[in-house]
Amino acid sequence: MKVRIKFRKSGPMVFIGHLDVMRYFQKAIRRADIDIAYTQGFNPHQIMSFAAPLGVGLCSDGEYFDIECNSVTTSDDMRDRLQAAMVEGFEIVNVRSLPDTAGNAMASVAAAKYVVRLRYDAADGIDYPGLIGRFYDQPTIPVVKQTKKSEKEIDIRPHIYELSCEMEKTADGKEKPVFTMLVNASSAGNIKPSLVLESFYRFAGLQAGEFDWIVTRIDTYTNTGTDESPVFVPLDEVGRIIGETGV
Amino acid sequence: MRKLALSDEILLKIEKPARYIGGEVNSVMKDKENIDLRVAMCFPDVYEIGMSHLGIQILYDMFNRFEDTWCERVYSPWVDLDEIMRKERIPLFALESQEPVKDFDFLGITLQYEMCYTNILQVLDLAQIPLLAKERTWEHPVVIGGGPCSYNPEPIADFFDLFYIGEGETGYRALLDLYKKAKAENMSRLDFLAEAGKLPGIYCPLFYETEYKEDGTIAAFKPTRDGIPIQIIKQIEMEVSDTYYPKKPVVPFIKVTQDRVVLEIQRGCIRGCRFCQAGQLYRPVRERDVKMLKEYAVEMLRATGHEEISLSSLSSSDYSKLPELIDFLIEECDKRKINISLPSLRIDAFSLDVMSKVQDVRKSSLTFAPEAGTQRMRNVINKGLTEEVILSGAAEAFKGGWTKVKLYFMLGLPTETEEDRRGIAILSNEVAKTFYDTVPKEERKGKVQVTASTSFFIPKPFTPFQWAAMHTAEEFISYAKTVKDAVREQLNQKVIKYNWHEADISLLEGVFARGDRKVCKVILDAYHKGCFFDAWSEYYKHDVWLEAFRENGISIDFYTTRERKLDEIFPWDFIDCGVSRKFFEREWLRATKDQVTTPNCRMQCQGCGAARFGGGVCFEPREEA
Repeated sequence: MKVRIKFRKSGPMVFIGHLDVMRYFQKAIRRADIDIAYTQGFNPHQIMSFAAPLGVGLCSDGEYFDIECNSVTTSDDMRDRLQAAMVEGFEIVNVRSLPDTAGNAMASVAAAKYVVRLRYDAADGIDYPGLIGRFYDQPTIPVVKQTKKSEKEIDIRPHIYELSCEMEKTADGKEKPVFTMLVNASSAGNIKPSLVLESFYRFAGLQAGEFDWIVTRIDTYTNTGTDESPVFVPLDEVGRIIGETGV
Repeated sequence: MRKLALSDEILLKIEKPARYIGGEVNSVMKDKENIDLRVAMCFPDVYEIGMSHLGIQILYDMFNRFEDTWCERVYSPWVDLDEIMRKERIPLFALESQEPVKDFDFLGITLQYEMCYTNILQVLDLAQIPLLAKERTWEHPVVIGGGPCSYNPEPIADFFDLFYIGEGETGYRALLDLYKKAKAENMSRLDFLAEAGKLPGIYCPLFYETEYKEDGTIAAFKPTRDGIPIQIIKQIEMEVSDTYYPKKPVVPFIKVTQDRVVLEIQRGCIRGCRFCQAGQLYRPVRERDVKMLKEYAVEMLRATGHEEISLSSLSSSDYSKLPELIDFLIEECDKRKINISLPSLRIDAFSLDVMSKVQDVRKSSLTFAPEAGTQRMRNVINKGLTEEVILSGAAEAFKGGWTKVKLYFMLGLPTETEEDRRGIAILSNEVAKTFYDTVPKEERKGKVQVTASTSFFIPKPFTPFQWAAMHTAEEFISYAKTVKDAVREQLNQKVIKYNWHEADISLLEGVFARGDRKVCKVILDAYHKGCFFDAWSEYYKHDVWLEAFRENGISIDFYTTRERKLDEIFPWDFIDCGVSRKFFEREWLRATKDQVTTPNCRMQCQGCGAARFGGGVCFEPREEA
């Protein structure tokens, strides 16, 4: 049976890179005694697929991976057992079963939602919400994307599905912008939130440093609609709760 | 949520930030309000190396079982973070609490290899603790060293308040209790150290002084304060099946060198290889009960989730219940899809059978450690491995499908000649030839591959070779060239690959291994000139080291190439490791006459002296010789 696990990553654990997160969960599944299936051969490994790699430094409330299980108990029991195998900074949100026809986590990913806050004080006298509106209203947003070998210009506008900004009061009474965006996270067209913000800062004539933004991934989505009229649904919503009597 | 010592900006800037955040599975958090003693255990090298060390995991488990103590871990910050910490004056912190080490009660540093000595200074420096013990006050932690290199602590004596000589399981509680008493009674730090120096196995270098002869050798070494012992006897855990051992070892996030469950099956070695220090230091052999090992294997796998388990000991084939243990592990691990990684076993029918069950024969290689190229040379080093045994083992292995063989040798051994060096190439050729002789052409799957590696021999304290001369770097390189040329002359040279180690680092290791207190200043100066991470060849600065020796008027040759007189006082003579100097002397003289000492401890006692600890193999019924 295919099982999808949703988890949160926060605090010091944001410094654990994607490959190490995978290793961490391989060991956690053993500690939790989840009856995971293994590949055949001399060096069997767990059948496991992670949704969308999260960059180092980012928090997330919506990370996913799929595993193949030989047998399952209930969603609650498996979540509790996995949770007991966690360290502070990793939290299991839910465990659900997937229909056999479901694609693996990585192939399912279409979009991700991010919230971005400023690490430092905001520049004075800037109308962030207004500027974001104008930035998003542009018909095209060309950016130069660095690849391993070369750099190429792409238009990121079609890959930004939602973009907004609100001002929020900080503890010391100052106002800071909070950006929210829903962007393409598919393996073919993944857009990093920093790419959007860098482009916006250039547009607004603002200076940006490497560590200015604190980024949280809110959730990861699959597309249950079509390419032309997408319907973005969080990855766990395509799964079903495993109850006492099975699914 | 734990607050980290380093800012997000720093952590995002450096390589592998996970080295510094702690919070790993099974790392121990305690409420410091309910704790009397804060202990930092340090391995002075980068996290991935330090986390792979079993000894610290054992002590971490022990200290944290004490209710009044919280033990945390510290490793050397890598060069990128080191630079930032110096610039921003960030004090070195322990991983668990992320709090500065300078506020701890104890800083324990394990000394696993000589080339980490400058990293000790890096750790102290970053921790903002004075580098010299004599400059420390109660404001600073008590800095204590332990591990194999503490058996000659003299080259680093100035940097430590105390050394713990021997196995940590037995004596630390007494030291902690003394510390609590000293604090409660407002004892001076010096008085505390003096009291500590009277505890079994504790050496406090401040209370000893050395007098030198005109030729630089030691005239006398003695305590300077009443009650401080003349001899320090090594501490040893005789109840190895009923002592501290971590059932829940810490599981690192990042891939470390030893990324698996490590099961120490026994301590010590029944063989008496004359170059091997560990084989002497950990005498007598003490086996752990197989029932205990089975129980721990299962619990440790469950508590870590590791996908691999490995057995640890100096010579696993000599563990008497090995077949029973391995059968158990194969069955358990098969159920859980766990790999078994076998330590270098003696190659025989049993080990080949086991290996074919747990590894992919086509991909794995077999390792032999003949250590020397000719039988005469192997007799000198007392390595009881004959060419016949190697070749018949190789033949068995080739029949079993293996094609890759690794051979380990040493160069620059006492009495070694050109013939012995060339023998390395000849033996490698014989192994390759054995493949062609045993496996018929039509059954050959892939090509045979023989890899011969040589390291340069470094005489170590507490071995029969502690008197021996070490060779110069130039000689070492010429020896390696001899082997290389001889390999080229062999019929099967195309399938023999030859590797050798760098000579410069070996030279320095030779100085530190048998150095005295005069070397402390050289290490201090080299550190101030920018030397650290010397064990990493890309950071090793040979010229700077030579300069530090020159400026201090210290001759490298005095420590390395000089053969010692039989009655010379060694810097480490005040330590009693259980094996007597008389035994080493007897073995040294036999070695110079090409004489082996057989058989091993299990078959016949050679009277080394370790029987005085009252247990282990010394008191087992003997096998028929």
